[in-house]
Parts: sequence; structure tokens; C-alpha cells
Amino acid sequence: MLLSQQKPLEEILKSLEGENNIFILGCNGCAEASGTGGKPQVLEMKETLEKAGKKITGFTIIDFLCQKALVQSRLRGKAKAVTAADSLLAMTCGVGVQAVAAVSGKITHPACNTISLGGMRGEWKGSERCRECGDCVLDLTGGICPLTACSKFLLNGACGGTTKEGKCEVDSEMDCGWLLIYERLTKLGRLEKLRQIYEPKDQSKMLPPKGLRLTARWALEQGK
Amino acid sequence: MGLQESLASGKFVMTSEIGPPKGTNIEEMMADAELLRGRVDGINVTDLQSSVMRLGSMAVCHLLKEKGLEPILQVTCRDRNRLGLQADLLSASVLGIKNVLALTGDYASLGDHPQAKPVFDLDSVSLIGVIKKLEAGTDMVGNPLHGAPKFFVGAVVNPGGNPVEAQILKMEKKIKAGASFFQTQAVYDIGAFEKFIKQVAPFKVPVLAGIILLKSAGMARFMNKNVAGVFVPEPLIQRMAKAEDRVKTSIEIAAELIRELKNMCQGIHIMPIGWESKVPAVLDATKL
Repeated sequence: MLLSQQKPLEEILKSLEGENNIFILGCNGCAEASGTGGKPQVLEMKETLEKAGKKITGFTIIDFLCQKALVQSRLRGKAKAVTAADSLLAMTCGVGVQAVAAVSGKITHPACNTISLGGMRGEWKGSERCRECGDCVLDLTGGICPLTACSKFLLNGACGGTTKEGKCEVDSEMDCGWLLIYERLTKLGRLEKLRQIYEPKDQSKMLPPKGLRLTARWALEQGK
Repeated sequence: MGLQESLASGKFVMTSEIGPPKGTNIEEMMADAELLRGRVDGINVTDLQSSVMRLGSMAVCHLLKEKGLEPILQVTCRDRNRLGLQADLLSASVLGIKNVLALTGDYASLGDHPQAKPVFDLDSVSLIGVIKKLEAGTDMVGNPLHGAPKFFVGAVVNPGGNPVEAQILKMEKKIKAGASFFQTQAVYDIGAFEKFIKQVAPFKVPVLAGIILLKSAGMARFMNKNVAGVFVPEPLIQRMAKAEDRVKTSIEIAAELIRELKNMCQGIHIMPIGWESKVPAVLDATKL
């Protein structure tokens, strides 16, 4: 299971700046269990965003957002509301955000930070990976994670090692993650995101947060 | 005259590089450096080039400085986290090293210790930002320094990048972060370089075009196949293949490239990769 935490509202609103029509996706898998992407949270987010002046074109809650084929078919059923949206807000883990971004062709903002595997892995066979870094950057990279798609986990764009074939010079079987990000942002008309300088990540957020370590379940798992 | 002053003077600047040896015998490396005395405006000292463990760049830069040469310290993000990098920059400063070339660095698995844990805590862009903060008198989180360093900071760009537009976006970020000059990946395709240099001209930051001495047709083909962003056109490969004296032809090709590049950019960076002793002959042949 991928444990997630909702990002501060301020950060979510900043990522939605300039976009008034939003479609919300929730997840009945790990995000529901984390209390970050189930129905109550989706409805609460809808209300919060509406109060902030946004129009919610629609929402859907899918089990599981990491299942790309499922997401694709469910979004097809909501095509009108999705098309009417400037962007999507995915209330789920890093894998779910990447899966939605991959199949929707829309700008997809993460509403959560993924903080830990939480002990169990879900059934999931896609190419997206999440490092549970606790400080999700998918908003700035077109929904492709640079921490897992780039060999060097770079945050500020490709090194000089993208081959003619668009692969990583470290591994000729691996696509250059930053080329994928560049292409995705080009397609979305959001290349300006690449002009922004990322500050070095706060690596301490990689550790499970104190709040989690203080839970009864954590203590149980430690055999205490 | 230091590298910064050379570039500011508007002269066509020449830099080259030496690679520290694997071990402590520095005789040959120092002899190679001596050959460059009075011939170049700066000497890059590579930082565990190709991710091969060897003598470190900082000690060698210090030795060059002591001999009155002008070293350029290459600093990569592969082997040190933000603590190590900041400490090394302060160390370099007290050793009198002024020029720093900030790079991301090759991936560890490409070298002779593929089992190593690659660091990349910072990247080339954030490293430049950190250098600027140190210069302004604080560490990267804002704690005051007791004495601040002063550097002349350069960076790299790959004019043959795929796509070059993404490389240029990153180049802009490096400039915004504080890079004052650029050295490029090897250039053999003058047409492609001309297009690149026109796109980056508005940045008004000096660019030194990279030259790698071709050692053989096989090396050229190898680079075309395996080195991202390097393209050696077929006519050059043929010249190397048919050369009676490969060294002579290689020097001729390098000199021709340099003469063609002279009107496009602010200088040249020669990467001899083992042919350090041939650099003076290249400089003679360019007749600049």
C-alpha cells in the first residue's frame, strides 16, 4: 500500500493558478485507506475549491487510479466533464498521478505527497514508479516522476546523456525520463515549467513522518 | 591573466584539460600540464572522469596553481552530497582555486566502480546556485560563513543534445543560477553548432566550443554510436580512415574546426583524452 498525505491547500491552489475548471479524481485503493482520496475527501476538496472560486466540471472515484486501462475507460465515460476541465486534480499516490497523466492527455496535478509503502504493495504492473519522497513534484513535470524516470534523479532537466534514440546513456533500454517530460510538457503547452529552477529536495521528507511513527499501527508493526 | 580576465578582455580564449592519473605518480600529468604553459588561458582538471576512481581534481588544481598555471576545478554531483560539495568548495577556495566548472557528472555505473551508490543530491543547476550562496556569505540553508569564497563559475552544454531546445532551456537555468561561461560537448558538425550558437547568442554568455582530438576512424564511429550528442560527419571519418599519419591528420582536422569556429564563439576547449602532448601542435596548426 502507498500511504499518502494531502499536500497543504496553499500548494494545491498555487498549482491550479490560472486554471478555473477542474476535474477531480479520487482513488478507492490506498488513497481511500490513507484518508486522502476517498469519497469524503473528494467531496471536501470539491467544496473547498468551489469556495476558492474554481468550477468543478466533475469528479470520479476509481478503484484503483494506478490501473491505467481502468482509468482510461472510466474517464471516457466522463468525457464531457474531463474535456471541459483545464486540468485534473488527482487525489492519490505518485503512481496514480502518473497513470492519470499518462492516459488523460490533460495537465494532472498531484493533491498528495506519497510518504511510505506502508507495509504492503498493491497489485500494479505499469511502468510508473513512486519513490515515496514525501514531496511530490509531479505537478512540475507533466505527471512523469523525475526521481524514478531519470537515472540521476535530476530535477532541473536532462543531462547531456540523451541518445539519438531518446534513451538514457546509462541504459540503452531505458527511455530518457527528461525527454519524456519535455515531450509531455510540449504537448500540454506547458514548457515554461522547465524554466523554473527546482531547489534541491528536502531528503529528510524521505523518512516516514513523525505523525506516522506515532500511530498505534506503527507500534504494532514494530512489535511494541 | 586569469580565465575571467581573459574572457573579459574579448580575446579568443583557449582552454584544455588534463585528467589526473589512477595512482600517485603525477610526473607525466605535470609534464603534460607544463606543455600548456603560456599556450592556454585555463586548464580543466577532471573530477573522476568517466566515473573511474583516481587522483582527485582539487589536489591537482592546487599543484597547478603552485606552478603558476590557471586551473579550472571540475566539480560533479555524482560522489558528494550537499555537505561534501560545500565543504570541498570552501577547501578549494582556501587553496587559491578560483575557476569552478559545475557539472552533474557521469553515472557511476559507467565507470570502474559500477557497484557505487550514486549521489546526485544536487544537480548542476542547484550546484551553481549553492556556489553563489557561498559567495554571498552563507551556506545553502542560510547559515553565515566565517569568510566567504569567490569563484568564477562555468558550466557545460551539449549543442548536439536531443533535443537541443531542452539543452538550451537548461543552459538558461544555469545562467540564471549564476554560470558565467560555458564549455561544450565536442563539436564536429559546424552547421549544427552554428544553429545552436545563434539560438544562445541573446544570452550574451561566453561559449567555448569543445574539441576532442580524433584518434582514429574507429573512435569517431564509436562516439557516433555511443556518445550522446556527438556527431562526426562521414567525410571526417573517411579522412581519418585513409590517413597515412593519423596524428598529423587528427591535428589538421582539429585546427580546421577551430578556425571555422573562431568567428562563431568566444573560445575553444580542447579535450585531448590521452593525447595531451599533441595539444601544442594543434595550437600551432590553428595559427591563431
